[in-house]
Amino acid sequence: MTWLRRILLLSIVLVSVAPSLAGAVQPDEILTNPKLEARARAISAGLRCLVCQNESIDDSKAELARDLRLLVRERLKLGESDEQVRAFLVKRYGNFILLKPPLDLETALLWGMPALVLGAGAIVLLFGLRRQQSTPAAPLSQAERDQLAAAFDSDSRL
Amino acid sequence: MIIETGHYALSLALAVALLQSILPLWGTRTGDTALTSIAVPAAITQFLLLGYAFAALTYAHVASDFSLVTVAENSLTTKPLIYKIAGVWGNHEGSMLLWVLILAAFGAAVAIFERAMANELRANTLAVQGWISLAFLSFILFTSDPFLRRFPAPFEGLDLNPLLQDPGLAIHPPLLYVGYVGSSIVFSFAVAALISGRLDAAWARYVRPWILIAWIFLTLGIAMGSYWAYYTLGWGGFWFWDPVENASLMPWLAGTALLHSAAVMEKREALKIWTLFLAILTFSLSLLGTFLVRSGVLTSVHSFASDPARGVFILVILTVFIGGPLALYAWRAPSLSERSVFAPVSRESALAVNNLLLTTCCVTVLTGTLYPLALEALSGDKISVGAPFFNLTLGPLVAPIVLLMPLGQSIAWKRGDLLGAAQRVTVAALGGLVISIVLVAVIRGGSVFAAAGLGLAVYLIVGSFTDVASRIWARGQGGRVMLARAIGLPRSAWGGAIAHAGLGLTLMGLAATGWGVERIATVKLGQRIDLGPYQATIENFQSRQGPNYTELVGHTVISKGGAYVTAVEPAKRSFPTRQTTVTEAGIVTLSFGQIYISLGDRHADGSVDARLFWKPLVTSIWIGAVIMAFGGIVSLSDRRLRIGFARRAARLRVADSPAAPEPAE
Repeated sequence: MTWLRRILLLSIVLVSVAPSLAGAVQPDEILTNPKLEARARAISAGLRCLVCQNESIDDSKAELARDLRLLVRERLKLGESDEQVRAFLVKRYGNFILLKPPLDLETALLWGMPALVLGAGAIVLLFGLRRQQSTPAAPLSQAERDQLAAAFDSDSRL
Repeated sequence: MIIETGHYALSLALAVALLQSILPLWGTRTGDTALTSIAVPAAITQFLLLGYAFAALTYAHVASDFSLVTVAENSLTTKPLIYKIAGVWGNHEGSMLLWVLILAAFGAAVAIFERAMANELRANTLAVQGWISLAFLSFILFTSDPFLRRFPAPFEGLDLNPLLQDPGLAIHPPLLYVGYVGSSIVFSFAVAALISGRLDAAWARYVRPWILIAWIFLTLGIAMGSYWAYYTLGWGGFWFWDPVENASLMPWLAGTALLHSAAVMEKREALKIWTLFLAILTFSLSLLGTFLVRSGVLTSVHSFASDPARGVFILVILTVFIGGPLALYAWRAPSLSERSVFAPVSRESALAVNNLLLTTCCVTVLTGTLYPLALEALSGDKISVGAPFFNLTLGPLVAPIVLLMPLGQSIAWKRGDLLGAAQRVTVAALGGLVISIVLVAVIRGGSVFAAAGLGLAVYLIVGSFTDVASRIWARGQGGRVMLARAIGLPRSAWGGAIAHAGLGLTLMGLAATGWGVERIATVKLGQRIDLGPYQATIENFQSRQGPNYTELVGHTVISKGGAYVTAVEPAKRSFPTRQTTVTEAGIVTLSFGQIYISLGDRHADGSVDARLFWKPLVTSIWIGAVIMAFGGIVSLSDRRLRIGFARRAARLRVADSPAAPEPAE
């Protein structure tokens, strides 16, 4: 269904991007300091392009994404830490901008779900194994005995 | 005329679906064989009617009949023929018609090929298939009719979205739909078993080929979609954890779990009730996927209401087809006899753990996809769940799956020997470890994670064949004996080994992204750019005229140490009808890696903004998926699973009696 995604992408492209551009980060955005640039890329990959569908600003072609990329680099040049840059953006746009939502009361279930399913499943599995080992197999009922006898009498049907 | 008859056939199919969904069920209930036997001809008739309707719509697209709204909005006289045909399903209405056509094709296939199956099970299965058909045909006819006319007809169409004008459109949606819809048959089998209350190893044997078929197509469909995104989007990404992609990944995860649990059910009559649940879950997730995308609810909760008729219809269908069977399951499943005797160390236990991990992956993806919607609906707060979340949560789940895969294959059914199995995979484990250490210590460059991933991939590829090899290997025997043993092994054993190795290859490609090289730069003509072991030079630009576009091509030479290797032509295409420009990345494959170049804006001085990548081993991501699917095909050819095998075997036995007894496995 990625092709449908592309329809959406296209509508975004049509609405919000003036010149078409391959890819997202443009040469004129790149910082001269490679260490700073690498940090900017890493931060960008975790920030959502707010007008796109689940795309990071590092991948997005939208004009807003470019503004945000420039903003991230601006803040880094001011000497802010990665955390400070993120905190600044969250203050401005809310948690919506983080592609990895912070762990809090609202997202506890989201983050806890894998452990919950895994734990519950493991308990069911272990419990099932235990029960089998402790209880001997139930004796056959009369009906089952008849069935068994009938099966032995007739030829294998499979 | 053809259009009207097509429209009529579509309406007739709805009527036939109504018959198919009620009468056979009535027949099995009351023991009326005349009613029961309607199921088979109804399923075949429905397929023929929908086939005709689809052909009629295709005709309208090929003949550029712009009096049809869907054609006028998505076609153009000068559009190449392949996109006129693929354009049939390049829009909402047409793609829904393709969906029901495939649904009917599966129904007809069950009607025709499953002759050996108990009549009651087949009739009930086809009836359930009829319900799905009924719901979708109503949805199409009442809210998304592809045969709507418009008068006066426009002189020219609006052309197909340029991003969709790609061979990918011809292949990807049909593959994916066969995968999605294939799981409907398994679902119908499961509901039929719940209705009749009978569930045995024979049931598992009937459904396994259908699970495999759906899984094979889904695997190929997802891989194809990923490659398509990779080469069209222009920045080299191939998986985005986009809700639309997650929608296809979830049924794949559930289907993979189902494939393995059905094996346990067939061999050991265990995990029956669980298998039934997975069968319902897999199709529910396919439905959810189809509709999440169709309803637009993913883009925003609010856009859901943009077409209220469709939205409500979708909600009703989802509720009925997910809620109904789950309620039926809760009611009937406890009464189905479960006779599971598990030894803690056994193949079936290993497969149960595999199911637990795969299901957890599936639930994690589901939660991540739907959580933002639920949270916004409940509290109004907006959050995003994207790639960083999925990488962080799924990584720790996938690693143990991969570690267990070769081990599980080496453990025997019933009562296995963990130490022996561990010994058998030693070679694979050592191989993986050595690769990781060498990568970290000697080659460097990539992260520790990438090195560990590559080591894990090597372990998986080697380990996949450990079991097969140990079954072939015979000390002191000649090659001929071993060859005979290799041929004598059940195809499903080979299929499993091949599919697992395929996953290893995919993993290898994913890990190798850690050694990729990316250059984003304003490049002058003739300037040489270093890309890993290669160099790229954009030499000149040329304009070219395509059938419904014009393109600007950058002729680029790839060299290695000054010597010419190959040339590649990244381009930008302009489509005048929709006033859109798309980037055609220039891609060349060099020993499983790829050079990937996409062009941006040109400047006055002749230089151009460009993104250039060297992606080592990247093709093995998709080659791995193709090999996984191939493993599925090999498994499908196993004589036990061949559709209609029992019937042919019976015929053979009659033909050349005295028959040799079937070798027991």
